[in-house]
Amino acid sequence: MIGRLLPIFLFVLLGILLAVGLKIADHKTEIPSPLIGKMLPEFSLPVLGQEDVIITQDDLIGEPFLLNVWASWCVTCRVEHPFIEQLAASGKLKVIGLNYRDEETDALAWLQHFGNPYAMNIADLPGRTAIDLGVYAAPESFLVDPAGRIVFKQIGAVTPEVIENEILPRVREMGSEQP
Amino acid sequence: MMATKFKVLLVAATLVFACQLAAKEPLIFMNPEQEARYNELTLELRCLVCQNQNLADSDAPLAQDLRKEIYDMMQAGRSNEEIKTFMVDRYGDFVLYKPPVQGNTLALWLAPAVLLLLGGVVVVLIIRKRTRMFAEHKKESQ
Repeated sequence: MIGRLLPIFLFVLLGILLAVGLKIADHKTEIPSPLIGKMLPEFSLPVLGQEDVIITQDDLIGEPFLLNVWASWCVTCRVEHPFIEQLAASGKLKVIGLNYRDEETDALAWLQHFGNPYAMNIADLPGRTAIDLGVYAAPESFLVDPAGRIVFKQIGAVTPEVIENEILPRVREMGSEQP
Repeated sequence: MMATKFKVLLVAATLVFACQLAAKEPLIFMNPEQEARYNELTLELRCLVCQNQNLADSDAPLAQDLRKEIYDMMQAGRSNEEIKTFMVDRYGDFVLYKPPVQGNTLALWLAPAVLLLLGGVVVVLIIRKRTRMFAEHKKESQ
């Protein structure tokens, strides 16, 4: 009896294994960031188009903001751009751009063409700060709390669902924690 | 005829060589040991963009940046462990092709040994059963 049931049992076990594998494969390309809960890394970069204006992490820390990593060559950045604009226009969260591995003229032309929702754009043309942020593809977005801690990272496009379900609830939490 | 064949072979060999060099920048190392270390490290670290390639093989822009970063860190005298920690701090354990032995990777490390053991047990059981059957069969035929 047991001998006859064994193959069925093994088959079910294999099925479960494959089902779990498929489920994991859905999110396989998204690597969980070890930077969640850590402080925004130190950096010193110019403002896009203004080489003599240098911004450091201390200039940004103090209020919650979304650090949106984008580039003119990045196709998905165009997809998420209207949603980033909506978020910035709603006044619920400040959006800072990090222009990643780009050409300055291309980046400025891109903003002119698609619109500029960013309170400020930092130019990481060599992509060195992006390495400290663990960026491996654009777009990526980091939600930073008033203390300068990274609380959430979105890999890929920021969609209305991501804004409603992931970003804004966390921003509201930050508001209630402040004295 | 022979000469033509040889020429074709030579061109083919050069092309293969060229492809292998495609993902490498010309770098100057202090000594052969350092070069060997660099090659070993870039083989062990994953390219985050392609994800199924290591840093040595990938031509993605990020892989180029990271190779440069590793090279600079080596020139600055940092150890392999320090360089790996630098990578893991930014990209997580996923960046290591050889994952560390820790809580969430125990199954990964122990599974091969457990499976081998299980296979061994099954083999022993089958051999015992067959030996017994063979002995009984022999007794009956005598």
